[in-house]
Amino acid sequence: MPATYQHILGSKVYHFKSLAELMAKATPARSGDRLAGVAAATDEERVVAQMTLAEVPLKTFLNDVLVPYELDEVTRLIIDEHDSVAFQAISHLTVGDFRNWLLSDNVGTAELRNVSQGITPEMAAAVSKIMRNQDLILVAKKCQVTSAFRNTIGLSGRLSTRLQPNHPTDDINGIAASILDGLLYGSGDAVMGINPATDNVQQAIKLMHLMDEVIQKYQIPTQSCVLTHVTNTIEAIEAGAPVDLVFQSIGGTQATNTSFGVDLSLLAEAQQAALSLDRGTVGQNVMYFETGQGSALSANAHFGIDQQSCEARAYAVARKFNPLLVNTVVGFIGPEYLFDGKEIIRAGLEDHFCGKLLGLPMGCDVCYTNHAEADQNDMDNLLTLLGVAGCSFIMGVPGADDIMLNYQTTSFHDALYARSVLGLKPAPEFEVWLHKMNIFTDEKRPSLTSSIPDSFAHSLAPFSGSGV
Amino acid sequence: MTDKKSHKANVLEDVELSASELVTHNPWRILQNFTDARIGLGRAGISLPTNELLAFQLAHAQARDAVHLPLDVQTLADDIRSLSLPVVPQSPIILHSLAENRVTYLQRPDLGRRLNEVSQQQIIKLQQSGEVSCKEYDLAIVVVDGLSSCAIQDNAAALINALANELRDDSNRLGQDWRLAPITIVQQGRVAVGDEVASLLNANAVLVLVGERPGLSSPDSLGMYLTWAPKLGLTDVSRNCISNVRPAGMSFMEASHKAMYLLRESRDKKISGVALKDRTNTHDTDQVTSSANFLLAKP
Repeated sequence: MPATYQHILGSKVYHFKSLAELMAKATPARSGDRLAGVAAATDEERVVAQMTLAEVPLKTFLNDVLVPYELDEVTRLIIDEHDSVAFQAISHLTVGDFRNWLLSDNVGTAELRNVSQGITPEMAAAVSKIMRNQDLILVAKKCQVTSAFRNTIGLSGRLSTRLQPNHPTDDINGIAASILDGLLYGSGDAVMGINPATDNVQQAIKLMHLMDEVIQKYQIPTQSCVLTHVTNTIEAIEAGAPVDLVFQSIGGTQATNTSFGVDLSLLAEAQQAALSLDRGTVGQNVMYFETGQGSALSANAHFGIDQQSCEARAYAVARKFNPLLVNTVVGFIGPEYLFDGKEIIRAGLEDHFCGKLLGLPMGCDVCYTNHAEADQNDMDNLLTLLGVAGCSFIMGVPGADDIMLNYQTTSFHDALYARSVLGLKPAPEFEVWLHKMNIFTDEKRPSLTSSIPDSFAHSLAPFSGSGV
Repeated sequence: MTDKKSHKANVLEDVELSASELVTHNPWRILQNFTDARIGLGRAGISLPTNELLAFQLAHAQARDAVHLPLDVQTLADDIRSLSLPVVPQSPIILHSLAENRVTYLQRPDLGRRLNEVSQQQIIKLQQSGEVSCKEYDLAIVVVDGLSSCAIQDNAAALINALANELRDDSNRLGQDWRLAPITIVQQGRVAVGDEVASLLNANAVLVLVGERPGLSSPDSLGMYLTWAPKLGLTDVSRNCISNVRPAGMSFMEASHKAMYLLRESRDKKISGVALKDRTNTHDTDQVTSSANFLLAKP
């Protein structure tokens, strides 16, 4: 029987009909929740909802589920795989106590790791709603999650990048040009990942071969991925293509995942197919997931739940499959979900925090579209904050301009900025390679060579007559 | 004193770099021949050189302006009227969605998909007064500002002209007329608003010309959406899209040629959307099977 939640403020009694309504109204303001009609009507109601939510025991989230158990396999996954032993250390706490516990001096990396499997996405979402940005940063920084394939992602003091060499017609030399640019700026340790221009399996296989051959020829300790539908990747594996990572967009309700054409068993099948290739050298995390607030509403599959809680539930799906990378594509969806720089920054910090708390190798596509109220300065702010928070990886595109997806994300230069001001390094295996190739010239800071390293000079030789 | 002064001068001289030394250029910039991506930009330290920073800011400013500049409806209406299209009346009908302003429009896509009541009544009154026929039309062309007014302002009239030529040629070839509804312009509209307009006009098909979400290097990109049997509540599954129509993208001629193909197929088969495939020749993607490229060249 779902409880009702209420709070008395002065002479006014606030009623919240369900946990979903309470969570939604406690969420810091954003356009997607207004569009869904679930946001608090006033600022006062929002804070009262936060006060009410702070009083809710964490145990409640195991009984009062946001989406019915019978209707939703994501709910079943969350409840059936909950680790009650790990939960013990925090089972007596309310949401408000949980915030204090997370911030406590006595709780460090080990304690957070020990309780991780006892925390449900809804608990993480709930506590994030009553945390300020600095709380989200401080706790995320205490979490440490590492994953590995041909290098190790997420170690302390490291910031990795996905090299994203997209091209609007998948032109092979156009893609290769962006790959070269990225490598020579020290980008590509999280993954070399292409969003293909079409959903064609043959095309995907060609791009897989392209990246695999580049990785082999230059002996780069990294992995590749073509971001096509999971069924295409399975087909590519069956056709003998060199697949390192399996990509898929996922959401926090079964209905959202249905709209993406996936379910848990299909993801399991894809993971097994990739594992069977045994291509990892230092680890076997073979999955790459992308998420983003608003996807459930956009698929009309949100069940009256706020978009941030839906997003956190997607992380339950992700952690089932031990991914190498989980990427929240925070500003891509547009201003009807996250209106401006302030909302995008908040959402990026929430997603990173919730992901890390739940034990995921969390990265962020720090990005915006041209119809959002955001600009490069907002991205600088979010990038810096995420760098401080220990974000595992960010994107890297030439000059911050993705000419295929028509949006702006972080550039190769941006990553070097973050590494420089925050003293962060690439993944250790990739860092060794950058020095060996004479791309980075200084052990202590990201200092680039001013000439073209020998091994790449050969590839550029044919163009020397035209000015190279 | 003198010694100290000259020492200070020497130190200053040591750190004084000539302007040309401040930027490290990337010799692989020549590879821009292969891609419009912003590669080989060079660097000041590890950061963007000033000229590249400002070039980016300009592109972003143009994309932003494209989103926020209101459509100059009167000029567009004049441009379209001067095409002397075979429609009655020749002046476009000017309509407005339920989204009152840009800020609302950006946050409430649902409001941009519906006409406001004044606009609904306007069409009905024109039909009652006989200025607009109540008989069935084969096609309604609905011009919608969408997310880029400049895409519409700069490209819509020329594209409609090219389309009208295709329709005329097709009618002559087949001896079957394309009865064209009066042109409508919808402000603060999304693609789906065309379905409502076309169903009020009794049109069997609608072609929506809409300003697309502007990219950094393509602020003036226009999209065309075809729907057969338009009515309220349809989704993208029922539509065929032709994207990136602009002088530097797909030409008006090619776009109207594609649209004509889809229109013919749609009228013959009485369908649109995923069931209707575009089989005109395209070079959308590089379908070469080899992954050969300069990075993999053998010594």
